[in-house]
Amino acid sequence: MNDGIHLTQFAKHGGCAAKIGPDTLSGVLERLPKFTDPSLLVGFETSDDAAVYQISDDVAVIQTLDFFTPVVDDPYTFGQVAAANALSDVYAMGGEPKIALNIVEFPGELSPDILGEILRGGADKVHEAGAVLVGGHSIQDDVPKYGLSVTGFVHPDKIYKNYGCQAGDVLILTKQLGSGIVNTAVKAQMASPEAEREVIRVMTTLNKKAKETAQKYTVHACTDVTGFGLLGHCSEMASASGARIVIRPKNIAYIQGAKEYARMGLIPGGAYRNRDHVEPFLEAGQVIDEMWLDLLCDPQTSGGLLMAVPESEADSMLRELARAEIGTEVSFVGEVLESGCEKGRMVLEMGEGDR
Amino acid sequence: MKTVDARGLSCPEPVMLTDEAVKSGKRPIKVLVSEPHQKMNIEKYAKDHDISFTTEETEDGFAVMLG
Repeated sequence: MNDGIHLTQFAKHGGCAAKIGPDTLSGVLERLPKFTDPSLLVGFETSDDAAVYQISDDVAVIQTLDFFTPVVDDPYTFGQVAAANALSDVYAMGGEPKIALNIVEFPGELSPDILGEILRGGADKVHEAGAVLVGGHSIQDDVPKYGLSVTGFVHPDKIYKNYGCQAGDVLILTKQLGSGIVNTAVKAQMASPEAEREVIRVMTTLNKKAKETAQKYTVHACTDVTGFGLLGHCSEMASASGARIVIRPKNIAYIQGAKEYARMGLIPGGAYRNRDHVEPFLEAGQVIDEMWLDLLCDPQTSGGLLMAVPESEADSMLRELARAEIGTEVSFVGEVLESGCEKGRMVLEMGEGDR
Repeated sequence: MKTVDARGLSCPEPVMLTDEAVKSGKRPIKVLVSEPHQKMNIEKYAKDHDISFTTEETEDGFAVMLG
């Protein structure tokens, strides 16, 4: 089917690592006109994952769009990863995906069978999500790109926002970290087959079960961890919530091989851009081994949900996530030390911590 | 001295080419890269492989000398 075609070779950056840097992006976005509407419950001022628009007392529509260049060579897997990633924005808002449209760019000289496999991978994930796929839009381009625009629904009182975390909350992450680094190692043909299998499993897993389990508990803030890396998304949460949070890198689950590949310099350029972006949020005077910073800033493709949960509920939520067999590893990332601060701050603590 | 010219290439190619050169056993090696993050990746590779290195800025990027 592949005819020796390596999809990743078409792309300079793969997956969410292809995102435009956060500093560049915010500079451009702040020049756009501001839209206000009383029914718009979540707009883009807080860098959240999707737009949420209330249409009745008990229904709000979630609208999102996400697409990127190939992050893996196999077309069917690429389709699955891109779709899981796009659907995740709806889960990150606490919603249920309902309608999906394909967005595709594909080179005319490649076999249409490859395109067919990409779309089949996407369709299978939409089906697994319980949503419907109804066409989309495709154009010819030199670099293949694929993703979805997804519409979902949520009760207006049950929206997960990326802000609102409170002092004492525990931060829970529902997938292991390191997909950017491991994908880079795969591209360099330096990754083990086990690491490659694990990163594919992590990226193709829907955040559906994680969200459904989390809904039984109190979630003060939630986002999915993607191109800005764990620290980038933590800094958005800290900043939007006015929170000071502690992160314990040694408590977090990583994809096998990620630490080793980080030490070898198999680090995507996006990780360095993310580091520049988060440095102002990190409290001064912390001496951290480069490898940990690289892992924490690694751009994730189709990463897990990062949730701020009251301490009293955190252990039972973790146990229930384990029982739900969500397919990925769940970690306690850290805690919210203070809320109501003027600006967001992050502390990295290299001890193992209590959890 | 063997030169690895990785200017204009994107990650992970500079590290791949450096790894090939190191494995071929010819040292010292001079690695040319365009971007600061690629320079840092080569330096990390060297540290990880216990290879001493020096880095200098060039007109169009960086040269990392692996001893």
